[in-house]
Amino acid sequence: MAVGSRAAAWLAGAARRIGSVPWRNISAEAVDRTLLVVKAACFAHVINSYVVSLALVRGPSMLPTMNLTGDIIAVDRVTARWGTVAVGDVVLLRSPENPRKTVTKRVLGLEGDAVTYLVDPHKGDASKTLVVPKGYVWVQGDNIYDSRDSRQFGPVPYGLIQGRAFYRVWPPEGFGFIGQKVSI
Amino acid sequence: MHPTFTGSSTSFPGSLKGDVILVERFCLQKYKFSHGDVIIFRTPTNQKQLFVKRLIALPGDWIQVPESSEILQIPEGHCWVEGDNPASSLDSRSFGPIPLGLVQGRVTHVIWPPQRIGQVERKMPTGRISPY
Repeated sequence: MAVGSRAAAWLAGAARRIGSVPWRNISAEAVDRTLLVVKAACFAHVINSYVVSLALVRGPSMLPTMNLTGDIIAVDRVTARWGTVAVGDVVLLRSPENPRKTVTKRVLGLEGDAVTYLVDPHKGDASKTLVVPKGYVWVQGDNIYDSRDSRQFGPVPYGLIQGRAFYRVWPPEGFGFIGQKVSI
Repeated sequence: MHPTFTGSSTSFPGSLKGDVILVERFCLQKYKFSHGDVIIFRTPTNQKQLFVKRLIALPGDWIQVPESSEILQIPEGHCWVEGDNPASSLDSRSFGPIPLGLVQGRVTHVIWPPQRIGQVERKMPTGRISPY
C-alpha cells in the first residue's frame, strides 16, 4: 500500500508541475517566432525571384569570362522583367532545348539587329548573317569553340531570359563586375 | 457547343467581360504536360503578352500542319499550341512551335462569371498527331 500512495503522491506532484508551466506564454512566443521565420522566408523569396539572386554557373561555354569549374554570380532580375537587356549583357536563360536547364550566355543581338557569326570555327572562316526577328535575341557563349548557343538553336524568344549576370561573387580572386566585352 | 473561354473585349480594357481562370503552376517543377492541356504562355514575339491555348503536340511528336500538307516534327524542348477556335486564333500555325520555357502555367478552372464556373477539360482533337 505504501507503493500505491507514493505513486499517487508523485502523480499529484507531476500534475501540479505541469499546471504551473506558463503554457499561454510559451505558445504565444512559439507563434511569434514561427511568424517571424515565415515572414523572413517570404521576404527572401520575393527578393530572390524579383530583385537579385545568386546562381552557380559551370561549363566551358563562357570561358574566359566564367570558370570551367564554377563561379557564383549575382543575377539581377529587374532588367529582364523590364525589357532593358542590352547587347553585351551576360544573361541567364531557360534553354530552348530543355526547359529544366538554365544556361548562361552573352546577348550579341536584339530584335532587328543583323548578326554575323562563324558557322563552324573549327573548320574555317565561313560565316552567315541574319536579322533577329521581333521579340527574339541572339545569344552566344564567349567560348565559340565549345558552346551550344544561337548558332545551333537559332535566336531565342526574349521571354526565356531569367536575369542578367552583373557581378561575380565567388571565387574571391574573380570578385568584380562582369564586363560588357562585345566579341566580334 | 460551349466556347472554352470568352475573351475580354478589347474596347473596354479593364472591364471584367472576359472569363477569369485559375492557373496552376505545379506543372512547372518538372515541365510535365499532357496532350490537350490548356496552358498559358508568354508569346515568342512579345514577352509581355500572355496567351492561353491548348497544347496539341509535345517534343518528338509529328504533327500535320493544318491547311498545308507538310508534316513536321516538334523539336526537343518545344511544343505546338493551337486555339480551340481555329478561325480566329494566333497560335503555332503562325509562329511555329514554342519553347516549353515560355509556359507559365496550366489552366484548370474557370472561376468567373458564375454561370461558367467549372473545370476546363483536357480534350484532344483527333487525328492531328501521329503516334510514332
